Amino acid sequence: MAKVLVVTSGKGGVGKTTSTAALGAALAAMGQNVVVVDFDVGLRNLDLVMGAERRVVYDLINVVQGDAKLAQALIRDKRLDSLSLLPASQTRDKDALSEEGVDKVMAELREKFDWVICDSPAGIERGPTLAMRHADVAVVVTNPEVSSVRDSDRIIGLLDSKTLKAERGERMDKHLLLTRYDPARAERGEMLKVDDVLEILSIPLLGIIPESQEVLRASNLGTPVTLCNPASAPAKAYSDAARRLSGEPIAMAVPNDRRGLFGKLFGRRAA
Amino acid sequence: MNLLSLFQKRATAPVARERLQILLAHERSITGRTDLVAVLREEIIAVITKHVAVERDKVQVKMERGDAVSTLEVEIEIPTALAPAESAASAAA
Repeated sequence: MAKVLVVTSGKGGVGKTTSTAALGAALAAMGQNVVVVDFDVGLRNLDLVMGAERRVVYDLINVVQGDAKLAQALIRDKRLDSLSLLPASQTRDKDALSEEGVDKVMAELREKFDWVICDSPAGIERGPTLAMRHADVAVVVTNPEVSSVRDSDRIIGLLDSKTLKAERGERMDKHLLLTRYDPARAERGEMLKVDDVLEILSIPLLGIIPESQEVLRASNLGTPVTLCNPASAPAKAYSDAARRLSGEPIAMAVPNDRRGLFGKLFGRRAA
Repeated sequence: MNLLSLFQKRATAPVARERLQILLAHERSITGRTDLVAVLREEIIAVITKHVAVERDKVQVKMERGDAVSTLEVEIEIPTALAPAESAASAAA
C-alpha cells in the first residue's frame, strides 16, 4: 500500500528540498516506486535539485485544475527508472491549489506509487498545511539551532491537528531528521547535541545528516546527494534514514567523511 | 581574559538548550495540547470498554476546526446483540 510522506520544517533553508531529493532517490534505488512532489508553488526548486529543470512542461497546478493529465506532468528520472518528479508551478501562486484538487491528485498518486514524498514550502500557512494534509508519515527536518528547533515544534503541533490523519483521531507518525550536524562542535558545546534536540521535540529520530560539502556539490550538479556520491557521509546517512523509513532496523550513527591530511591538502575537487 | 573564560565563552549550546526549553514550555501552554483528538479518542475508548465490548476501529473521533467554533464528532458502533435499542450512538458537541 502506498505511503504518503511529507518533508516539512516550518523554517526555510534547513534542507527540506535536499532531503526530499536524497530520500526519494535512496528509496527508489532500493527498488521502490517513488514520486517526489513539489508543493512550493511560486518558488519551486525540487526540479533544480533533481536536475530536471529543463524538462518541466506541466506542473501540479495544471493537473489540479484539469489542464493536464497526471501522466503528462510526471517527469521520469533519467538515472533511476522508479523515480518520478511532479513539479510545482513557478508562475502561479498558492491560491491556485484547491483542497479538492489536491485530494484528487494525491488519490491518483497513491495508486501509481509505493511512496509519495511531498516537499513542503516553509511557513505554517496554506501551502505547508496542504502539503501535510494527506501524509501518513512526516519527516521533520531540523538544524541544531534555536530558531529551527522552535519552528519544528510549531510544525509538530500542526501535524497533530491540521492533517486528515489527526482529524480522524489517529496519531501522525512523525520522525526527526537532524541536518547540518557537526559532531565535533556539538562535543565542544558549541552546538545543540542530538539528545538535546530529541529531548526538546520528543519525536523519534530518523537520521543525523552531517554538515558536508557534498550537499552543495550535489545541488550544483542537480543530482540527489545519495546518487551523486553514494559513499559520502551525507549520502550514507540519507540511505540509512530511507532504510529506517521502510522498516529496516539500522543502528544510528553519524557517518563522517573527514579526509586525512593528504586528502585535505590535495583532495580538493571542482564541482 | 584567562584560559577558563575562553572555554566558557565557547560552550553556548547549554544556553540555547535552556532558552528553548523555557520558550517552548510557554508557547505550548498557549497553543494547547496539539494531539487533543488522539488523547480524547483513547480516553473515550477506555470509558466505553468499561461497559460495552467495542472494537477499537469502530470508534471514530473527528474534530472540525473553524475560526469561531470547532466541532467534535464522536461515532461509536456498538454490536447489536449487546445494545438492541441503539446500534450506533452519535453525539455532536
